[in-house]
Amino acid sequence: MTIDMSQFYEVFFDEAEELLAEAERLLLGINIDDPDNEELNAIFRAAHSIKGGAATFGFMDMTEITHVLENLLDKIRKHEMALTSEHVDAFLAAKDVLKMELDGHRLATDVDQDQVADVKMMLKQLSEAGSAPAPVVAEPPPAPKPVEVAPVQQNEIPDGMSCFNIVMPDITEKDVENLKEELGLLGEAAVSKQADGRFVITLTTDSSEADIVSICSFIVDPDDLVISLKNNSTASTATLPTDEVKPATVEVVESKVESSAKVLVQEEVGYGLFEDEGKEKQEEGYGFFAPFQPHPDAVKSELIGDDTALTLSNSGISNAQQASATAKTEPTATSVPSPEAERKNLGRRESDKAPPASAEASSIRVGVEKVDQLINLVGELVITQAMIEQRISMLDPVQNEALINSVGQLTRNTRDLQESVMSIRMMPMDFVFSRFPRMVRDLAAKLNKKVDFATIGATTELDKGLIERIVDPLTHLVRNSVDHGIEIPENRRKAGKSETGTLTLSAAHKGGSIVIEVTDDGAGLNRDKILAKAHSNGLAVSESMTDSEVFSLIFAPGFSTAEVVTDVSGRGVGMDVVKRNITAMGGAVEIRSALGFGTTISISLPLTLAILDGMSVSLGESVYVIPLNLIVETLQPRAEDIKTVTGEGRMVHVRGEYLPIIALHSLFNHATDITDPTQGVLVLLESDGKKSALFVDRLVGQQQVVIKSLETNFKKVLGVSGATIMGDGSVALILDVAALIQMGQSTNYITGAASFSNQNNQHMQRNA
Amino acid sequence: MSTDNVITNVSSRAKSAEGEYLTFVLGAEEYGLEILKVQEIRGYDAVTQIANTPEFIKGVVNLRGKIVPIVDLRIKFNLGKVEYNEFTVVIILNLHGRVVGIVVDGVSDVIALKEEQIRDVPSLVTSIDTKYIVGLATLDQRMLILVDIEQLMTSQEMALVDAVAA
Repeated sequence: MTIDMSQFYEVFFDEAEELLAEAERLLLGINIDDPDNEELNAIFRAAHSIKGGAATFGFMDMTEITHVLENLLDKIRKHEMALTSEHVDAFLAAKDVLKMELDGHRLATDVDQDQVADVKMMLKQLSEAGSAPAPVVAEPPPAPKPVEVAPVQQNEIPDGMSCFNIVMPDITEKDVENLKEELGLLGEAAVSKQADGRFVITLTTDSSEADIVSICSFIVDPDDLVISLKNNSTASTATLPTDEVKPATVEVVESKVESSAKVLVQEEVGYGLFEDEGKEKQEEGYGFFAPFQPHPDAVKSELIGDDTALTLSNSGISNAQQASATAKTEPTATSVPSPEAERKNLGRRESDKAPPASAEASSIRVGVEKVDQLINLVGELVITQAMIEQRISMLDPVQNEALINSVGQLTRNTRDLQESVMSIRMMPMDFVFSRFPRMVRDLAAKLNKKVDFATIGATTELDKGLIERIVDPLTHLVRNSVDHGIEIPENRRKAGKSETGTLTLSAAHKGGSIVIEVTDDGAGLNRDKILAKAHSNGLAVSESMTDSEVFSLIFAPGFSTAEVVTDVSGRGVGMDVVKRNITAMGGAVEIRSALGFGTTISISLPLTLAILDGMSVSLGESVYVIPLNLIVETLQPRAEDIKTVTGEGRMVHVRGEYLPIIALHSLFNHATDITDPTQGVLVLLESDGKKSALFVDRLVGQQQVVIKSLETNFKKVLGVSGATIMGDGSVALILDVAALIQMGQSTNYITGAASFSNQNNQHMQRNA
Repeated sequence: MSTDNVITNVSSRAKSAEGEYLTFVLGAEEYGLEILKVQEIRGYDAVTQIANTPEFIKGVVNLRGKIVPIVDLRIKFNLGKVEYNEFTVVIILNLHGRVVGIVVDGVSDVIALKEEQIRDVPSLVTSIDTKYIVGLATLDQRMLILVDIEQLMTSQEMALVDAVAA
């Protein structure tokens, strides 16, 4: 039976991607003059884990690069070589190449072989430039620990025999005899009896331990076998001397607790968290992959990588885990001689004590569609629960006390369940932020600017769907800030600012939304120039516009022209796209800027796409939901506040502003008895910087609603962004405020006259 | 998806109209639609009307969490008395994963039809295009109009799907 490796590829790809990101983050944060050993080690480990994984899955191109990279890193972290900025650049380049190769394997994208060769050459040269003589790339680097290297010789012991001590579990003598005969086929076998009554077969053979295990597995559980290498006839296979094996094994047994504690650490390794070097040095290199199928390279690299002098007990534990890891695969892969068979001669019996399978227990990777399905189902549950609650409220509270209490309990449980399920989709903003340090660094270098990059609130959580969609707009904003916001050092000095500009990305929760801000201390926006530019572009502008209105002009499509880029701080390149993307996510963008002091672009987003804070309003028999974040206020107008223009366009006078009234009933051709705004309610809406007053019958209430798509079974309806299911099981439509305002402007529904004429139509319809 | 539909429909029509049909009544006429397209049959209630849609689209209902549009075929075909009460029947169709409800006067039977029972449709001028009619079947002196409900529902004139999808 062969194991289908392809199913584990995804795990490796995800893993490697995370590790690369981590390595990049560390590289960018490193202090070149005085590098932190911990950080160097962490970078080394990341490279190393990728190498191990890549080798396991046979991605040799990635293994090669990581190998060269590792050599260089190893020298640096051992202080044989001083870290220079060229090194960091080379490492970053190597990271890019690795990413490219990873994508090549994953998405079958093109891999630029020239670039790969360049980077490899660069790393090699840097490596040779150091004090130590350069190792040949294809060969293993100078082995730090001869004791450990020996056992990883390939399983073929070319000449000479090994002598194995095979301690049997408690089995009958007959079985032992059978086994002895079987093993006799491999070489010389002899049976002896231990003091505790168990049999020991001493086998002198040229076969590997895996062969022995595969034979024994016919009769005994391989996990119960204790196989140790007694001595070796050739120097090349010299493992740990037998004398030392014993104490090491004992050590392992004694440190069972410690050993299982290590497994926990190992889990972390598997997920790319490398902060704590000291605890996990033994596990690195095979972390997540071990349970699947250890590969010779994986093991080898672990050993090569570990310059920390391991004590025997440490290696014992390491071996114990490794052995157990291998043991997992053995029952299925016995026919394949395990490459590191010799390594398993220690701590064999520990295999069932610390199964590395538990390494996956701390987190699982689940398809997004499964999570979405779960969220949908919980959404249904919440609706059903609301329905039950509504029915219950009609019952006599005295007679049905028990039932009402139970439903109360159900309500609480449902709410908790909903919260937990929603939190599954939440991811920290760090996921997005972590890609910017590199970008800012590269960009600043290219533009000869000095930029400090800082992030605040990287742990703030946001819906995964939004996280993915916020990346592009944020990238745009950050690039704009570095490109046009922050001035070149000379200009900064002239302006009396420090040469190094600061770019800050921050995320914070504010009420039901998350606010992400990109702040720079650059030149700021020049109001007059924007106004002038807008004027020449033919946009409707006036001197009396507020700053925020003026700054919003840069979001206007087509505002981004080359002239603007040079004259003003240049923000405008694709800003309309940014704005559109964010609006599509149900968010809003705001700009705050002071000339000479910098600019802040503030994005506010709802926490999740699936749930909306809404205000339900009624119109005739129907109920509509308006997204709460777009409502400025609601009011019941007095007759004298309603104004008209040429007897038609109806407006309402609110605090000095004249806002157009959009009558929903006429816009939707919806029958209602209330056609006079003073009898109904005006909901003041703001979208895209435009305000309008939506005229509806009355407010029903404020509630959270689960957004359902109308398009799944139907089609897009103008003025409606979706639907939701209300507590009574009926469907309510969610209004698309931006579209409504536009509809109101583009048609004459906006006018009172139109409203009345439509009313006549409705009468006709009703009569018909 | 829609191209898919067209292809399958064309091929199924070219092949055979043989199969089991759910028969329903619209006014004085009896219609049949492929039983496999039917998800369930339910009553008519709690329909939320949608603005600026044709009159025959009654609105949407909540079908166990799904938002499902309801079309009144009586209005569309100008047949039967359009009234809504506890006896009004809605046939919920599942057309390649797209769920749609149709209002009819009544559901009568499920019948198996053989190829030889089905006749071709003569060219006629009707409120529905004859291309949506698979054939005519005769059953105890009654005529059964077999509709290709899938193509009818996803057609442009039903205004049930977006123009791009249709």
